[in-house]
Parts: sequence; structure tokens; C-alpha cells
Amino acid sequence: MNGGAIKEKLAAGGVLAVNETEYARKGFALDMQVAPEQLLAAISVLDAAGFFIEAITGVDWLGEQAALRKEAETKAATAAKAKAEAAVAAGEEPPPIEPATEQGELAEDALEAVYDFNHYEALCRVTIRTRVPRSKPEVPTISSIYPGANWHERETHDFFGITFVGHPCLVPLLLPEDADFHPLLKDFLP
Amino acid sequence: MSALIQSQANETFVLNLGPQHPATHGVLRVKLTMDGEYIVEAEPVLGYIHRMHEKMGENRTWAQFLPNTGRMDYLHALAFNHGYVALVERAAGITVPERAEYLRVITTELNRVSSHLLWFGAFILDLGGFSPLLYAFDDREHILDLLESVTGSRLTYCYFRFGGVYNDIDDNFVPGARAFIKRLRERMPMYHNLVTKNIILMKRLQEVGPISAEMCRKYGATGPVCRGSGINFDVRKHEPYSIYPEMDFEVPVYEQGDSMARYMVRMDEIEQSLRIVEQALDKLPEGPVMAEKVPKILKPPKGDYYHAVETARGSFGVRAVSDGGNIPYRLKLRSPTFSNLSLFGEACRGMLLPDALALMGSLDLVIPEIDR
Repeated sequence: MNGGAIKEKLAAGGVLAVNETEYARKGFALDMQVAPEQLLAAISVLDAAGFFIEAITGVDWLGEQAALRKEAETKAATAAKAKAEAAVAAGEEPPPIEPATEQGELAEDALEAVYDFNHYEALCRVTIRTRVPRSKPEVPTISSIYPGANWHERETHDFFGITFVGHPCLVPLLLPEDADFHPLLKDFLP
Repeated sequence: MSALIQSQANETFVLNLGPQHPATHGVLRVKLTMDGEYIVEAEPVLGYIHRMHEKMGENRTWAQFLPNTGRMDYLHALAFNHGYVALVERAAGITVPERAEYLRVITTELNRVSSHLLWFGAFILDLGGFSPLLYAFDDREHILDLLESVTGSRLTYCYFRFGGVYNDIDDNFVPGARAFIKRLRERMPMYHNLVTKNIILMKRLQEVGPISAEMCRKYGATGPVCRGSGINFDVRKHEPYSIYPEMDFEVPVYEQGDSMARYMVRMDEIEQSLRIVEQALDKLPEGPVMAEKVPKILKPPKGDYYHAVETARGSFGVRAVSDGGNIPYRLKLRSPTFSNLSLFGEACRGMLLPDALALMGSLDLVIPEIDR
């Protein structure tokens, strides 16, 4: 089986947005973004295709929305400046500086759960990502499909505070048993 | 068995194995629910030496994290070195000179042999045989001396750099390595005669602790654990890296899935590693051991990267997220024994306690690597 075949299966399973990546450059063959509701369907497809679970982890994207907005603003400002300069060069009156448009509140930053799967026979590492809001990070558990996910999910809960709904025993694994902090969150202060 | 468990549900008791117990090789605790001599439920309790290497990765530059990699799997530190530098080289697009790749493979394979030798000694010690440990340590000492002359350390190596290795070998290394290969090849039949063919060992290991291929898949077991269950999976062959494609070696696979199969896989791997070292020594090219243009301040382009290598215990993977800065945004370390141990709870259900210890030993646990 290769990346193309499993990609077709995943698409048939109703999963959106599957991207093939360059293996030599990235180290994985398929990179897929799914909504939390689609997660179990995607994992079931991989299970049926004989994949084994490699790891589950998270990424905290704190500040991503602000950075995106800033980038957009800088882009707009450079464009306006270039326009004004072009106008002056052409001997015209430079256009009045437009007041910055009012922008709504920033969208909420996301926590991303990342699932890595690999195949014993085919060279095909599949990465599945699902994004949840930081204020309510809830993802369904996949430990009913892959029992090995149990520990990986507990570890991810330790580090990021992502709640795996339906997990049989979501207590700290690596952190102390009374730990109520999540050290890999970007706003964590020791 | 299940009927027995049900009828005597309130006659079970809880037994703590560890965190300080010679059979757990470090600080691992296993909470066992016992029905007499039989295990009803086993729950490994982790985290006693958790150091949060992943957070440390987010607090220092890419190069400053290098020494951390040698402090997770202290028995096969060079493979962890290799996984991390290969990842950063993949991300930053650094090409490594051929001689450096050869030195990496030679030292990593020697390190693998030393790891398997220590496992061999400690495993037999778990089963009650003391003297094989002394023989194994005698052989292992030669490897440590060899590696010390090149890397400067004996256990927690930090030998690889982005773009090569930090030190070329001296004149004594090649003859020393060849002499060691000869010595260990002569001693392997002795190990097999003394230990492998020993009837007590066979009775303790054969058909004890069976792990099915399906269980390996569901728990993500890799390395000798999955190869002892009939799965032909070795990262060195599966997604070849470094100069492994140029090497002629076999991947030992045993179908039985019991502790004896895992024992045999590792014993055969020692011989295969010696084969790799011998070939690499024969082909070792001249040239530089460091790439010329490696920037002092490394800033890999924005994005996600993954790299896996085969350690003595299985597939070690590093996943890095770079935001284009000189510090990793996120560094995930996928350690093989973490997954291999996670199947212990299911695999040892209904077993006798001494058999479960044989199963645990055959998983080859290294606790700092599980806890990270």
C-alpha cells in the first residue's frame, strides 16, 4: 500500500483535507487535518488498513491568531505605502491615509492534537491533526480502537490539558498524581 | 481463568513491584492485583524520573538540546543522538560528508552491541543466573573503551553534530574494532552453549509471555518486541537513513512471540551489528567529518518534521515543529519502550509472577527513556 491508496480510502471514509507531503523533506507521507467529530472515522480507516499507532502529542498554538492578524496588517500597510509612493512618483496627489479598519475580536487560539500512525509493511507515515479551542479542549478518545493510545492520551493530557472524552482513566501518567498544571502550554509558568 | 477470578473477586490482594526493585531496572513501579501466585491485573506506574525533556527542548537552541538526547536511553545513547541530528539535518537541509555517516553507523552499531550485551547479562540475572552478567560486562567493557577513545565519554554520548561528528577516529580505533569483532564472534558460540541451550533457561522462556502480532500493532510495539512476534519491521530497512542501504545485513525475525523469541532476536542482532561494523570499516572513506557550511545559529524553515531511527529497543522518532526561529517551537520525542511497556498490562494477565518478570525482562526496559 502506498500514500495514494490510503489517501483514496480516507477520502472515501468522508475525511476532508488530506495532503500528500514530500517524504524525504518532511518524514511523513500524508498530513491530514480533521475536525474532532471526524477523528474516529479516520482512525477506523487506518485501523482497517493495518496501521500501527506510533504516538499522540499536542501543539499549543498560543498567539497564532494575533500573529496572523499582525502579518495581514503589515501586508496591508506595505501595500498602501507602495501605492502612495507610486502616486508621488507619477506626480499625483498622494491618496489620503485611510484609517485602520476596525477589526473584531481575535479568534480563539487552538490546541492541536497530533496523531502519528505508521505501517509495518509499507513506507507510509500518516499524521492526523485535529484542532480544538484552548478554552474547551475536548477530543474523543481513540483508546477503544487502539488500546495503545491509552498512555499516549494520558501523556498528552498531562502536558497540554487536552481532555480525551470517553477515556477510561485520564489520570496523570508522567506528572505527579496530584498535578493540576500542564507544562507544555505556552503560557505555563513554573 | 476468568471464572476463577470472578468467584474469588474479594480474595485478591495488591502487590507493589518497585519502584525500587532489581527486576524493574530503575524506578518503575508495577501495581499488581494478585490472586495467589497469579496476576489478575497489572498497572505500570511511570514518572519517577520524569525530567520533561520536551519542555527543555523549547527553552534552548537546536544545538543546545544535543546533550539531552544522550540522557534518555542511556544504553543506546548514540542512536538517540542520531535521531535528533538527522531530524535537524532534514529540517535545515544539511548534507553530511560520507565519512561522518560511516563513523555514525560504526559507533551506533557498536553501541547497539553494548546495549544488547548489557540486556543479555541483566536479563539472565533477572532469571536467577548470575555469571553471564560478568561475561557480558567483560565484552561490553571493550566497546566502552573503544567508544571512549572516539567520543570522549563512556555512557551518555554526545558525539554527533549537525553536519557530521565532532571528532575523527584515531589510528587505534580501526584495529581495535576489528579485534573486538573477532573476539565477540569467538565468544558468541560460548554464550549460546552456556545460556541459550541451557534447559533451565529454555523452560523459563519458551511459551512464556506470548505477544501476538495484532497486539504489537494495537500498542505500537517496535524493535525486537515486534520482530519476536513475526513482524519484519526494522527502521533501518523500512525507511532507510544514513548509509544503511549500502550495508548487507539481515533482520532476524522469529514467529513464536514468546520471551525466547525476543531473546533470540537480540542475540542474532548482535551478530548482524558486527557484520555492519565490519563492512563499514572495510568501506570507510577518507575525507572530512564535518560539513563545511553549517550556520552557527541554526534556523530551520517553518514547518513540521519527523525522523525515525532504529534503536536497540525499537523505533525512536522525533517530531519537531519549527517556527523559523533558533529555538524549537515544539519537540516531541517518541520513545520505543514507552509503547513496548504499554502492552505489559494486557500481556501478563493470568500469568505467574515469576513468568511476568521474565516477560518484563524480555521487553528490555530502560526507564529514563520511558519517563523522559
